[in-house]
Formats: sequence, structure tokens, C-alpha cells
Amino acid sequence: MKKPFDLNADYQPESFAFNKACKKKAEELIALYPPGRQQSAVMPLLDLAQRQVAEEGAKADPPYGGWIPRAAMDHIAEILGMEKVKVYEVASFYSMYNMAPVGKYLVQLCTTTPCWLCGSDDIVKTCKKHLGIGMGETTKDGKFSLMEVECLGACVNAPMMQINDDYFEDLTSDTIKEVLDLLAEDMKPKVGSQRGRKGSMAMSGPTSLEDRAKKAGVA
Amino acid sequence: MPKLTINGLEVEVEAGTSILQAAEQLGIEIPRFCYHDKLTVPANCRMCLVEVEGGPPKPAASCAMACGDGMVVQTESEMVKKARKGVMEMLLINHPLDCPICDQGGECDLQDQAVAYGFDRSRFEENKRAMPDKELGPLVKTIMTRCINCTRCVRFAEEIAGTPVLGQFHRGEDAEIGTFIEQLVETELSGNLIDICPVGALTSKPYAFGARSWELKKTESIDVHDAVGSNIRVDSRGREVMRVLPRLHEDVNEEWISDRTRFSYDGLNKARLDRPYIRNEDSGKLEEASWDEALAFIAEKTKGVKGENIAALAGDLCDLESMVALKDLMEGLGSPNMDCRIDGGRFDASVRRGYIFGSGIAGIEEADAILLVGTNPRMEATMVNARIRKAWLEKRIPIALIGEAADLTYPYEHVGAGPDDLVKLAKDYAKKVKAEKPMIIAGAGVFAREDGEAIHAALYEAAEQLGCVKEGWNGFNVLHNAASRVGALDIGFVPQSGGKGFHDIIAGTKDGSVEVLYLLGADEFDAKEAIGWQSFVVYQGHHGDHGAQRADVILPGSAYTEKDGTYVNTEGRAQLGKKAVAPPGQAREDWKIIRAISERLGHVLPYDTLIQLRERIKTDWPHIADIDVLRASHWESFGVKGKFLSEPFRSPVTHYYLTNAICRASETMAACTESFVTEESKVLEAAE
Repeated sequence: MKKPFDLNADYQPESFAFNKACKKKAEELIALYPPGRQQSAVMPLLDLAQRQVAEEGAKADPPYGGWIPRAAMDHIAEILGMEKVKVYEVASFYSMYNMAPVGKYLVQLCTTTPCWLCGSDDIVKTCKKHLGIGMGETTKDGKFSLMEVECLGACVNAPMMQINDDYFEDLTSDTIKEVLDLLAEDMKPKVGSQRGRKGSMAMSGPTSLEDRAKKAGVA
Repeated sequence: MPKLTINGLEVEVEAGTSILQAAEQLGIEIPRFCYHDKLTVPANCRMCLVEVEGGPPKPAASCAMACGDGMVVQTESEMVKKARKGVMEMLLINHPLDCPICDQGGECDLQDQAVAYGFDRSRFEENKRAMPDKELGPLVKTIMTRCINCTRCVRFAEEIAGTPVLGQFHRGEDAEIGTFIEQLVETELSGNLIDICPVGALTSKPYAFGARSWELKKTESIDVHDAVGSNIRVDSRGREVMRVLPRLHEDVNEEWISDRTRFSYDGLNKARLDRPYIRNEDSGKLEEASWDEALAFIAEKTKGVKGENIAALAGDLCDLESMVALKDLMEGLGSPNMDCRIDGGRFDASVRRGYIFGSGIAGIEEADAILLVGTNPRMEATMVNARIRKAWLEKRIPIALIGEAADLTYPYEHVGAGPDDLVKLAKDYAKKVKAEKPMIIAGAGVFAREDGEAIHAALYEAAEQLGCVKEGWNGFNVLHNAASRVGALDIGFVPQSGGKGFHDIIAGTKDGSVEVLYLLGADEFDAKEAIGWQSFVVYQGHHGDHGAQRADVILPGSAYTEKDGTYVNTEGRAQLGKKAVAPPGQAREDWKIIRAISERLGHVLPYDTLIQLRERIKTDWPHIADIDVLRASHWESFGVKGKFLSEPFRSPVTHYYLTNAICRASETMAACTESFVTEESKVLEAAE
């Protein structure tokens, strides 16, 4: 569920502009589309804006995560020569664009059926208790936000969660605490399966396509 | 040209025609919500599903699927019926069952189609979704819970109105239409949002809870708020006009009307003159009088006055018949002093081609370059502006403007400000913009200055240089802003030989050469200020506005909804306005009043009925007796060459919502001014 937001709220910055690196990247992105179709770059540019904000937020005190301020949408509308309202439409449609400030680590917990069957309720409970916040809320130090999401496509390794760009899979109440504690210290926890699985391979090793797994050096 | 079969009927259509359009040609009805023939096709409501045999084994959206050769389409098969039922049930999941208190009730697409194609119950047992309403200003009321997300309003605002502030936000169950940020839809076409909304999400605020559609009397008429002559339907109940709606006329207003046309009707009930008045000579106050007293008083005051000392002015809202009667009366009295150009316009009225919108409004779509001279069509004739935008959208034609810069909803090149720029530009513009069908649109405002006739001549020169008029193309257009003007010019309601024009008549009231002045609905200048106190002023009209304030005798006439009358629009197209309601109190139809006066003055007009009067018009001016026909007129030089003033052109319409007596009496128009104009200027002032 997308966090509620307000385009006229106090948290909206006055202005937004791409920094040097992002500006270059933006130009590259726009150039990917044929002439006259530059507006197609609206989605990558929104993502770029969100990443730039995340970059700035990581260094700020208190820190914050990537989100898209209204000023950024207006800026993108201007760059692409499209109506502001069209950018708002796109940004509000997709759940991966955060329209309101979030914590530095955005914890997205999957609660769709496979994860739920594998115990996502416990994961959610642990997260809430450990961080002391509810869904859609941010910790006081600005480090964590919790968000409930629909299927992220890693059902084989359920239950799972996504924090910023990384997936954490095969979670248990203990492993999730470890991950969160490490992140609280700005350390890098192990990404992927927390039980040591390779991708979505069975714990006992490959049960099919064994020769290929051997070739790839994962068996 | 693909040939296809729909329900067993064969039809050949132009390539690119959708199945829905092809079915329409055959008279087969396919239900739809999001599809609108003047808007782009999003295919998101899924109501128009049909079965295409041999295609994928699922229904296809007929609005978005182009006809293919040899296609076999079924619109009434079991699959289609089931699909429609499913879509209908889906649309009704979140739609409230508040039809009894909904203003759309009785004329609602959703209601009608639910009955015709829907399921008789819902299997949905969860809670219905509710949406917060949006603030769209004083004209459009929103009840967003009723919205079915067809996005017609979004597309209308973007495409036709050119004010893309509406959008569809969020997704799934949370999807909603809105402006997202606190913003009004600032367009002079906002009322059309109400018409295109297929449900009761967008309804008319002034009409809210006023009447039910089935209890209204519907009268097809013509609008008088600008010179476009938009085709309208006046819905009335008893003696009251309840609302005004557009009527389809592809060559004039398509199926839109401007907000002034649609919403000013409440002004018809306010500040009305419902009985004659005579100004008491001692106290200077207007006192109620009977018709007999008023007419006798006029006869007494005019007795012995020479014809040349009598003058008449016709206002912006007059019907053709009353002006003909007044002209005949003036001729009977021997007066050559008359004018209809009360905006102070000075131009050559002898060549018809020089003062009409020659290409026709629909002709704009053919133009491949447009030069606007001293006009802001968005304010002066919203429907013409919408047509220019349409032409621009289709072909991205170059548009240039000489005059005041303004937001016209399409991009243009601002190439100058005054008449000198026109002369300069005409020389090389033709070379710069290689256009087959160039067009000049000159606002009537360019003539309302002392060098008006010289500008008229300069426009002729420019049209010649740009090649605006040639075999098969008529690109010289004058855009008037008064409904009565072209009709008045056509019948020659201008100074006769040796007679006085508007400026001389006004001057004459001060120097005593105009002893009696007859104002026929002339409210568009400050009569109290302009007219000298020594002359005797008769005002005939429907509102206690500028003209009535100065009058010595007031004769109550009828507004456009209260009389049968002919109006000639800026194209020179004569159209019939019909009487929808009776005039209030003792007010009478205008030509009858003039006929009554003529009897008292001893110059009885030779017609007793409207039919006889129209016969009389037909004899002298056959070209305007034909209804809804554009007659070609001769192209020859007009205007008088002369020097220009250095001042820039100004648009004559400064207050869009307050252009005539009806608008000035309307509370809705006042509210519009408050929220669309005043608020904005406050913000601008604050910014400075």
C-alpha cells in the first residue's frame, strides 16, 4: 500500500534540480528514446530523482530515504516538455515511487499468500516490535520505514522482504532482527537467502539440471 | 476501403474506422462510456465489447479496434451480452445507488445502460468505495464517488479546452480523477465537462437540485452571448429558464458551448424591466407607467421633431426582426441617423465580404496558417478559439498574433502589436510561411478606434498580399463579438446617406442636433455618461442596465429566450432563435413594440405578424432569409486608406464573464469573475 502523501505539505522542498551526475544520466536516458518520444523517459527519470534524493538523504542527519518531491515531478515535466499532471499520474500509479519521505532503509514486507503461508505474519510482528513502528511509519531516527507490499516475485524463498534495492529471503524472526540490527549500524547484511541457499535452489543441492548446476559451480 | 459484416449486415467503411463507428453507420447501437466521438480513444470502460468471429476467442473493444476487410462482427451474441453484463456489474460495484437525489438521474448513461444491458442484481458484498469531492469552481459540482473513471473529462480538458490540469491518479480501487493539487479548471468551456460526464460525477452547480430533466420543456434556440451563434437548447419550467445546453451543429459549435452561454441564464430573472417607465421631469426619477402612457409620451415628445434630429442605436443582443422594424420606422420618420456599431467601430459596411467571417468557422480546420489580428478569440468567441485549437492539434499549423499577448490554449508567434506591424508583416509573411490556405482573423476590436477604416483597408491589402482569398479559398475573416452585429450590417443598420454614425449621434446628443434618441437594447456603452441631458432618450430592452439608466422612457422588451427571432452570426449564417418562456410582466416582443410606436407616430409599419415581417426581410435581403445557409459574397476592396495611430490593438473583451446585460445581472457570472478572474489578479498583485 502506497504511503499517503500531500503535494502541499510542509515536507515538500521548494525546488529540485538534478545534480551533475544525475543530469548526465538523465540526458543518456532521454537519448534512449526516438526523437519526439522523449516523454517515454518519464519513468526512468522519476526513478533517477528518487535515487538522487536517497543519495542526499543517506548523508543527512537525520537520514532519509529516496522519495520524489513535487518539485522533482515539476522539474521532470519541464525537462520532458509534458504537462505536470501527466507526471503526477505516472508517479501516483506505480507503487515503487515514494511520494512522501521515508526512512533511509525502506523495509517492504511481502504478505501475499505464499509468504503469508510461510509465516510472514510473524515477520511483520517481529519487525514492528523490533523497530517500534507500525506499517507506513518511520522510526524517530529516520533510519527505517515499514511498508506492506504485494508479491515481489520471490515466493520460492518465502517469506521475504525488500530493503531499498536488496531482497532478503528465507526469513525467520531471528534472522530478520540480525539484518535490521546490522542496518541500524549502517553495516551491510548478507543479501538474498538468509539460510544460505543459492538463489532458489533446494537446501540439499540441485535436484534437477544437476550437470548445469555443476558447470555453474553451485552444486 | 475495408468491407465487413456486422450482425449480418454488410458495410463498407473508410480505412481506420473503428467497429463502433461502423456499427453506428448501420444504426446498430453499441453501449459505451469512455468513447466520445470528439475525443481520443482510451478504451478503458470496456462497455463496447463485441465479438469478432475468427479473432481471439474473447470479446474485443469495438471503440479501439479498426475495421478489417472481411471481419464478421456480432454485437448481440451471447458472448457479448455476458461480457456487457459483467462490465456493467463491475462498474456498479462502487457506484452509489443515489439516483433519486442525483441531478444526472433521468439523463444518465449509466442508468440507461444499466437498465438496457446490465444485470438485475449485484454479487458484490463488500463495502463500497467513497472518494473525496473536488473543488472545481462555481460552475461544476463534483460527487466523485459516482465517478466510473472513464476519463472523458481528463481528455476533454487536455484536448478540447487546452487546460490539462485534470488527471487520473493512483490505481486500482483507489483510482480517482482530480487536479491533484488545489487548482481550478480555468477554461471558458468547463460547462462541457458536465455534458460529457456519462454519470453524475460532474454536474452543474447552479442547476443543482433545481429540476428533473423530464419535467423541463425543451426549446431549440440560438445563443446571443457572442457572435458565434452557438446552437443551444433552452430547458424551461413554467416561466423560468432552468438551464441551457448545447445542441449539435458541426459547422458552428460542434457539441460544445462556452460557460457564458451555458451559465448566464440566472441573469434572465434578475434586474428585469417588466413594465414601462417614464422619467418624471421634476424629480428626475423613473416612475411606473402603463404602455398607453409610455407610448403617448413618446408620441408627444417626438411630435414636430424633424427626421434628421432623430437617431437610433441598436445593441448587441437584438434580433434581426426588431432591427428591421426600427430601421423601417426611422426611414418612415425621415431619419438617416442610425448605427449598430455601438462599440465605436468604424469600418466600411458596404462590402459584405469585408465584415463577415468568410471562411466559416468550420473553414478554420482547412487553413494551414492563421494570422490573428487584434483579437483574443478565447475571450471574444470561445467556440472559434476551440476550433483554432482543433486545427492546431490536427496539423500543428503556424499561428501568429498581432495584438495583445494572451494564453490562447495553443502556441503562437507574437509578431506585433499595432497596425504598423500588420503592414510590415504582410509583406514578408507570405514568403516566410508557405501556406496554401492562409487565413486572417481580425477581431472587431481593431475597428473601434479612430483609424478603424484605415485598418480595414490595411487588412484588405494584407489579405491580398498573403493570398487569403483565391479560387476555392476564402481566408479573410472578421470575428465579431455581438450576436446582432452582422445581421444589423446586412440590413444596413448603419448611417444612411448624410446620416450620423455612432460617434456623431453621441456628439449630437450634446450639441442638440439629436433631439430624440432611440436605444434598442443598447447597453454596451456608458449611456449615462455619454449621452447629453438635453436629448430625449427612449430605451427599449430587457435589463435595467446602462441604457435604462439614462432613459426618459423605458419600454420593456424580451430577452433572447422570450422571443422568436433571427440572428445572423459572424459567418453571416442566419439562424432562428425560438421562444422558450414568456417575457416577464408587461414586457413584449421587441418588433411588436416598434410596430406599436409606429402607429402612434403616424408611420404605420406594413406588417402585423412575424411572418409578414419575415416576408418583408426576404424581399430586400434574400441572402439572410435562408436559414442556416452560408451565401458566398463578392470579394472587392474595402476600407479607406489612411494613416494609422501608433497605439497597439486591444481586445474588446476585458471581462469575459461580464460582457452584456444578461451576464452583468447573473450571480453565477459574478461568482465566476470572483473565482477565476479576481482571485487570479490578487495572486498576480501579490507576486508583484
